[in-house]
Amino acid sequence: MDNLSLQKQDIEELRSEIAKLRAALYTKEQQLQDLEQLHAQQSGNDPDSAVVQQEHEEKAEVHTHLTNDDIARFSRQLILPGFGVQGQLKLKNSAVLIVGMGGLGCPAAQYLAAAGCGRLGLVDYDIVERNNFHRQTLHSEKKEGMSKVDSARIALLELNSSCQIKCHTRLLNSLNAFSVLRAYDVILDCSDNVPTRYLLNDACVMLGKPLVSGSALKMDGQLTVYNYGADGPCYRCIYPVPPPPEAVTNCGDGGVLGAITGTIGALQALEAIKVIVGLGEVLAGRLLIYDGFSNLFRNIKIRSKRPNCHICSAEPLIRDLIDYELFCGMHATDKDNPLQLLEPEQRLNVFEYQELQSAPHLLLDVRQPAEFEICQLPSAVNMPLAEILDDSYVKRFSSQLESKEFPIVVLCRRGNDSQIAVQHMRNRYPDHSIRDVIGGLHAWSNKVDNGFPIY
Amino acid sequence: MSAKELQINLEFSAGAELLFGNIKRRKLSLDGTVKWTVASLLKWMHANILTERPELFLQGDTVRPGILVLINDTDWELLGELEYELQPNDNVLFISTLHGG
Repeated sequence: MDNLSLQKQDIEELRSEIAKLRAALYTKEQQLQDLEQLHAQQSGNDPDSAVVQQEHEEKAEVHTHLTNDDIARFSRQLILPGFGVQGQLKLKNSAVLIVGMGGLGCPAAQYLAAAGCGRLGLVDYDIVERNNFHRQTLHSEKKEGMSKVDSARIALLELNSSCQIKCHTRLLNSLNAFSVLRAYDVILDCSDNVPTRYLLNDACVMLGKPLVSGSALKMDGQLTVYNYGADGPCYRCIYPVPPPPEAVTNCGDGGVLGAITGTIGALQALEAIKVIVGLGEVLAGRLLIYDGFSNLFRNIKIRSKRPNCHICSAEPLIRDLIDYELFCGMHATDKDNPLQLLEPEQRLNVFEYQELQSAPHLLLDVRQPAEFEICQLPSAVNMPLAEILDDSYVKRFSSQLESKEFPIVVLCRRGNDSQIAVQHMRNRYPDHSIRDVIGGLHAWSNKVDNGFPIY
Repeated sequence: MSAKELQINLEFSAGAELLFGNIKRRKLSLDGTVKWTVASLLKWMHANILTERPELFLQGDTVRPGILVLINDTDWELLGELEYELQPNDNVLFISTLHGG
């Protein structure tokens, strides 16, 4: 390697190291903040909470009439039977918390601010990235790298400057959830992971707040309202046990269309407005399932409160928030969770593969065909993971599998599916040279070829 | 329709179809001379139409956590779950829960 590319590599490595240190520092600062607050609360000396309380009281000034500007601005909804002046006043006096400023949170916040919701709280720990723009419609190109809540706040204030917006730039956890949620009337679950869904549910049950829960993936969406009304179930009534981690797909792996998250997010805003105003039939005890592929909406009746629910029954087993990442066996973000299935000698790093490239070998790319079409390495053969797992590969590559020495290299986007594939193949061919590439195409792009596209 | 067949409809939603050859709707004709419960239907599905990793659909004798089962658009928990006896033209819907946003 020449001097210039060595320098370039050093620069890249330092950048990545600094980014990791910043992230670690940020996490520690948040932990410190949460612990200090908890300590102050428990020792009965809670200046922060007093400030929050005071702030809340100041903001919670009750509006009893609409201004002329309100009347002009909201005229099209004011004339709606069942909504009217009283509905608008209720909205103006309401506070809604939106957890997750992504594909669901952006449209939900947009419609709530536009409709005249008085106070909005926005929760997200993450920053705006390019792959957000197609669905997270409050974040615009110039705001790449900015925190999502700040970016959303700017866009929402342009839409309605009289909306009071509070930013909570943090990952919600069992230490900070109560102090964040307490000041709000309705909570919107616009999150992207299982632990946060259980955390929000439990906190909402304990604080007695309705939870408008939306989710979306690929071409499908789901929506319901938990913890609402005398019989309305909570998330745990429906899902007492979390799903196995391998059964959970996030938008980064499964993909999603922006119009799908947009549809569900807008409906979350609608349910929040109905809850606040007392309008219509709230979607509690029912689950709306949306199939964008056929554009079918379907409403199904789900169970009412579970009499022995661990959290919302008369005799709850859970009386305080727990460690939700531990409970679910998953992280409370949709970021990469690297698998560790293989032994080190069953894996190649990207530089080792680079050296092997010129020698005879078989490179199996186990991504979906739609992903393979986006970008691929020269000589790669597309063999989706499912066709490895159902053993279709055995027949197709019978000649390459004849020799135990012939190198077979398995590749995917980030180095998780490739491990599953290698493990499966090695069960049948334990002595063959079958290895995967650590970090997959992302590592290839980061370390070997910066010109290789990342998605 | 033969008198000895029990016809039911199966439906899959929100990704559950991916475990069953990516087919969202099926009509089944089961042996009508025996009693069919959801438990025996799950066994039949496992043996006949489940194409992907079974652990993503089943756990022990029942569906894994995170899959809702609806019979004629009603939560199976209200109908006796595994014990529910299938009736002619019942519609059984399996929904994977989504978590993304």
